[in-house]
Amino acid sequence: MSVEAREARQPWILLAPAISAVTLLLLVPLIFIVVYSFWLRTATGADQVGFYLDNWREALTDRFYRDILFSTLRIAAITTIVCALMGYPAAYFIARSRGNKVLLLLLLMLPFWISYIIRTMSWINILGVSGALNTLLMSVGIITEPLNMLYNETTVILGLVHFLLPFMVLNVFVSLDGIDTNLEDAANSLGATKWQSFIQVTLPLSLPGLAAGGLLCFVLGAGTYITPLVLGGPRDAMFANLVFEAIITQLNWPLGSALSLMLLVVLGALVMIYNRYLGMAQLMKGLG
Amino acid sequence: MRWGWHLIRLWSLLVYGFMFLPVAVVVLLSFNASQFGSFPMTGFSFRWFVELWNNDAIMRAFRTSIVLGLMTALISTTLGVLASLALVRYKVPGANMISTLLIAPILVPEVVLAVALLLFLNFLGLHKSFALLLFGHVIFTLPFVILVVQARLVSIRRDVEEAAMSLGASPVQTFFQITLPLMMPAVLAGALFAFTISFDDITGTLFWKPGGVETVPTQIFAMLRNSISPEINALGTVMIVMTVGLPLIGAAIARQLARKSGT
Repeated sequence: MSVEAREARQPWILLAPAISAVTLLLLVPLIFIVVYSFWLRTATGADQVGFYLDNWREALTDRFYRDILFSTLRIAAITTIVCALMGYPAAYFIARSRGNKVLLLLLLMLPFWISYIIRTMSWINILGVSGALNTLLMSVGIITEPLNMLYNETTVILGLVHFLLPFMVLNVFVSLDGIDTNLEDAANSLGATKWQSFIQVTLPLSLPGLAAGGLLCFVLGAGTYITPLVLGGPRDAMFANLVFEAIITQLNWPLGSALSLMLLVVLGALVMIYNRYLGMAQLMKGLG
Repeated sequence: MRWGWHLIRLWSLLVYGFMFLPVAVVVLLSFNASQFGSFPMTGFSFRWFVELWNNDAIMRAFRTSIVLGLMTALISTTLGVLASLALVRYKVPGANMISTLLIAPILVPEVVLAVALLLFLNFLGLHKSFALLLFGHVIFTLPFVILVVQARLVSIRRDVEEAAMSLGASPVQTFFQITLPLMMPAVLAGALFAFTISFDDITGTLFWKPGGVETVPTQIFAMLRNSISPEINALGTVMIVMTVGLPLIGAAIARQLARKSGT
């Protein structure tokens, strides 16, 4: 074999293990559940192989599923907006701070490294009947009976915001940090107020980071089932909880396949739209 | 406009508080002497850490999580480093598509990935098992390793390798004596990332784990079904120390290595 041919083959040898892993453990399984969603789980628990539309009919027409899909999207949207409102000023503060930016950013990213389940659970310590807030309010004398603050949609959103905020801050920071501050100075010297130069120069230039952070918050938020299980009440199930129910509790795997594909299509469409207009590069900047 | 900046600073301070408050409360309560995992604090005590140490279920979960995390890190880093080398060092036709393919596991919602992998491997005859759990963790951590390693690899200069080759080193010798030592910080960072993500994962793990096997997060989740015992807070404190301490130590080691190798 010639040297050139060997040289050309080398990268493929290096790539082969990773590509086969992703193909065998992700792509083929995804194609498999598309097929699987047309099978039927019979009363005996065996799968009826074939082309049945029953699972899809149930998933697409049952009001129960539709309502939960919409409330999942609503919860994810609120979470994303709250993350943006909390995260943007914080990221701006870090990016424009004269102190040690890296340290400030690392400090805010620190909770990101702390176990998701611990962080979710910790809100019970704060908002629970004998949690920090109730204890504080009762000792000050504002209330005499502990308030029931836990296990509702608000606490689910609270938990999600705490989980996802670092993603937003990081992405906005990366974007803000890349803006040449001379642009703002130029706007100011041409007579713009600080507020005007922020609105007309800095904010538009940081929108890609905001969009990347928003996409991550929305997609990760809409795909969660642990937060509603820990911080939500019985009526706060999100769409991923339905998938978990179907697969783990009811063992109705064909229906579970259809439901997971529904979630994949809805969230995948968002990723596609994002990719179409902004490209994946911005997202990778924030992750790398 | 000074007050505007003050407002932003105050807001940011509140955001920092919001991020740290729950963590602080967990650590605080884990030293609570009271027998309930809640306020008011009745005194300072290490008893919950002792109970944790004596709790067989939790210790077993710890061992499972560590073994799983180490194996995941080993496999994921190996695959990820090889792939990153190919993508950074060679002109690969369709490199963009390959990159997208390799990071696809984080673009797909984890629940969907979990379901697809579980059902497909089950169809092939591999039922819920440690192996399934390992496959799941590998595929889920691989994109993170690739992103981290690739970002660091770009900064390693190629001419050092070319110098070694021109002085008569074979490609294999060059790799082990020049490239690998230079890459070590990137490799360690990737491995640490994979370990931490695997150690922390619950979304996929609940789908893949066989009955009776618990990792630390699923064990905590199972214990939450009752009420929050101070043991969980103690476990939380241990996890916080581990997940925050390990990357910090790792970063320090990486920096040392980087300084030695002069990159």
